[in-house]
Amino acid sequence: MTRLDYPALGEVIFDSVLPNGLRIITVRKKGFRKAFAMYATRYGGADRRFQLDGEWIDTPWGVAHYLEHKLFDMPEDNNALADLSARGADPNAFTSNGMTAYHVTCTDDFYENLRSLLTFVSTPYFTPESVAKEQGIIGQEILMGENAPGYVAYFELMKALYAHHPVRDNEAGTLESIAQITPEILYHCHKVFYHPSNMVLVCVCDADPEQIAAIAGEVLPSEPGAVPVRDYGEPETPFPLERRVEKAMAVSAPLAYMGIKLTPAKDGKALLRQQLTAELALDYLIGPSSALYAELYDKGLLGRDFGTDVDSSAGTLTVLLGGESKDPDAVMAALTDRVGLIARRGIDPASFERCRRAGYGRALDRLDRFYSYACMLSQGAFDGWGVGDLFELLKEITPEEAADFLCEAVTPDRLALSVVRPER
Amino acid sequence: MEYYREELFPFVSLTALQTDKFKSGCLSATLLTQLDRETAAEYAVLPYVLRRGTTSLPDMRAFSARLDGLYGAVIEPRVRKLGEIQGLGFISRFSEDRYLPGNPGVLEEVIRLTADLWLSPNTRGGLFQSAYVDSERQKLLERLAAMRNDRQGWALRRLVENMCAFEPYAVSAYGSEEEAEAIHYVKLTKDYRTLLASSPMEFFYCGSQPGPRVADMLREALMLLPRGEIDLELGTDVRLNAVEAQPRFFSEEMNLTQGNLAVGFRLGECMEDPDEAAIRVFNGLYGEDLNSKLFLNVREKQSLCYDVISSVDILKGIMTVYAGIDLDKYQPALDEILHQLDLIREGEITEEELTAVRNFTAAKLRSVPDDCLALERFYLRQTVQGLDASPLEMAALAESVTRDRLVEIARGVETDAVFFLKGEDEE
Repeated sequence: MTRLDYPALGEVIFDSVLPNGLRIITVRKKGFRKAFAMYATRYGGADRRFQLDGEWIDTPWGVAHYLEHKLFDMPEDNNALADLSARGADPNAFTSNGMTAYHVTCTDDFYENLRSLLTFVSTPYFTPESVAKEQGIIGQEILMGENAPGYVAYFELMKALYAHHPVRDNEAGTLESIAQITPEILYHCHKVFYHPSNMVLVCVCDADPEQIAAIAGEVLPSEPGAVPVRDYGEPETPFPLERRVEKAMAVSAPLAYMGIKLTPAKDGKALLRQQLTAELALDYLIGPSSALYAELYDKGLLGRDFGTDVDSSAGTLTVLLGGESKDPDAVMAALTDRVGLIARRGIDPASFERCRRAGYGRALDRLDRFYSYACMLSQGAFDGWGVGDLFELLKEITPEEAADFLCEAVTPDRLALSVVRPER
Repeated sequence: MEYYREELFPFVSLTALQTDKFKSGCLSATLLTQLDRETAAEYAVLPYVLRRGTTSLPDMRAFSARLDGLYGAVIEPRVRKLGEIQGLGFISRFSEDRYLPGNPGVLEEVIRLTADLWLSPNTRGGLFQSAYVDSERQKLLERLAAMRNDRQGWALRRLVENMCAFEPYAVSAYGSEEEAEAIHYVKLTKDYRTLLASSPMEFFYCGSQPGPRVADMLREALMLLPRGEIDLELGTDVRLNAVEAQPRFFSEEMNLTQGNLAVGFRLGECMEDPDEAAIRVFNGLYGEDLNSKLFLNVREKQSLCYDVISSVDILKGIMTVYAGIDLDKYQPALDEILHQLDLIREGEITEEELTAVRNFTAAKLRSVPDDCLALERFYLRQTVQGLDASPLEMAALAESVTRDRLVEIARGVETDAVFFLKGEDEE
């Protein structure tokens, strides 16, 4: 077990890998009663085709998410949600395209709750009845997404950006695709993807890291397993499949999401550097203190809901920008115009330094928010970087790197626009 | 965690919690006024107009650049509804100095900027900049229109508007589009001055500095805060019973493929002398907890929905239930929601259920001190009720709530109104 001290951040992190291949990251949070544990597998909605014993296997769209729902069921009519919450713990889970994560928040009995979390996630128990019963619940979850404008705009954008990578589809599937899911498929995918070698356990709490590792060692299988090979199709080009897509829904004003597909670096730190460079550059370009934001805000073309994000998922790296706008095309044109100006004049070092400071404060703030912190550490574990790298890189990235990113990526031929507009 | 409370000026108070455990501190400044249909929209726009610029940082860009320089400190407008009181102001999050290079004094700056937002707006000839007011009026109208885009929020909003049609509670924290249309910079400036001089204000701080020191800094920064005759009539009218003998039904069509059902209740007799811990446990048992009657039956047993949840506004004595359901499952879902409440009234609460919900409610309260923003919400609501119980004290109370108490609460609850946001007729 390695102890990592970050005195400037006031953080102490314990990092270890069990003989079965499980990576355990524990952030020691002195003085907190709240404790948080996240047990995540590198298996998400995009992992639909994979290789096992030399054979390629195709699974229905929506299995990872379905599995997330059904894993809470335990033999003998028990349910992990009910058991954990009966002790006052708050269990939950999410599935993205790149991972499935199960987590529990509690204020008492942390070790016991951790044991329950690891036990239920590693105990598949499915019956034809229980699998069939979930269709109604997940069906309503899918409908909720289909009626939520932000969700629709996002996945329309992903479909416009990506020609075939499965991140273009939502993780939950459709009413038709989930109807094909059987207990056998769920057992199979659990076996392939829920081996500790393919998972990470992140704890943010005032608890003993040795005891956390001991519990994981007791509960989980002792032998390492094979990490499956996934097929996401041919590499994507840097250009979107479609430049502009539009959909009509019951909304009050057009909702516009813009995106850019990046080619992610293979090395973890290089990938993080790419991600942070893009975040700083976007903040410089159109963050609240930028000239462009002020100009578009004054013209009524964007509002306080406008935001940017850079998302690493299932071997993809995607830049997202968006919010409500009465004229999405004008916002898009203004963005690329401004990048043209930056290409000619360069980046103002003083403004860039302010963005860097703001980025530092935002990263620091995240260390107080257990859920968000654990999500970041899980993603970092899968991508190959740690919290120390994040704060180091934030100091290192240069204005020139940011300028290069903007000039190369934020261009009319790289950007896609997805608009959800009001029905006529 | 050291609790400190002090009245800084007449009816201007600070609640401060000193702790070393967070990387970021929190400061909020909330002006309290009566929620009223006529004024809600105009008052709601005020923090947004003030946030456009101060005499020293005259526009949003300058203000944001200053905040970036303070390591990404955030000072955002915050408009909220506390029962029938409208809370207007700003909430700030900022890094603690000890994690920043060169001890930059971020808290002092945040206090000064917050005071400037209230006291030194960017004006011309003593009036707000008309361009700022026009722009923020437009943004407010867009925000009000956008409420429809969040289907769950909209169903609950329309439920409350219909259910409390003759009470100020029907008004949203941001008012209505009709009143927002009429916002004008001259009247807004005048009303701002009156409001500032006549309203109680609540400051909240959580961070590494001692309460008395924060109080001193605030007193100095707010020296010029005008104090006139203070409106002491603030409060919420609690209605114990449903408006009519039978529940009222309302619906609205939208082009959707999922139905959004919202049910509204009056908490009834328990509101005569509200026992907040017991009401929290009751809400957990009925529909908030993962072991709740609604979650286990409407969702897990009957697979009628993905989302089903109850919530209580103790300031007003209202409970609401929301479920996202198939368009044709309105009746079975509603029947089951009401049936589960009947079961509690009949005393059908097992020992396991009771222990589980007490644990769940207590744990939720015990985790409040580990989250700055949760503390801010908790203490502001306590203050508005004139109470000062800590989350831990309330957790202890929640652990001792009895079955009889829960049955008694349930028996007093009255179903008042049902709202269904349904799909459009195909014909």
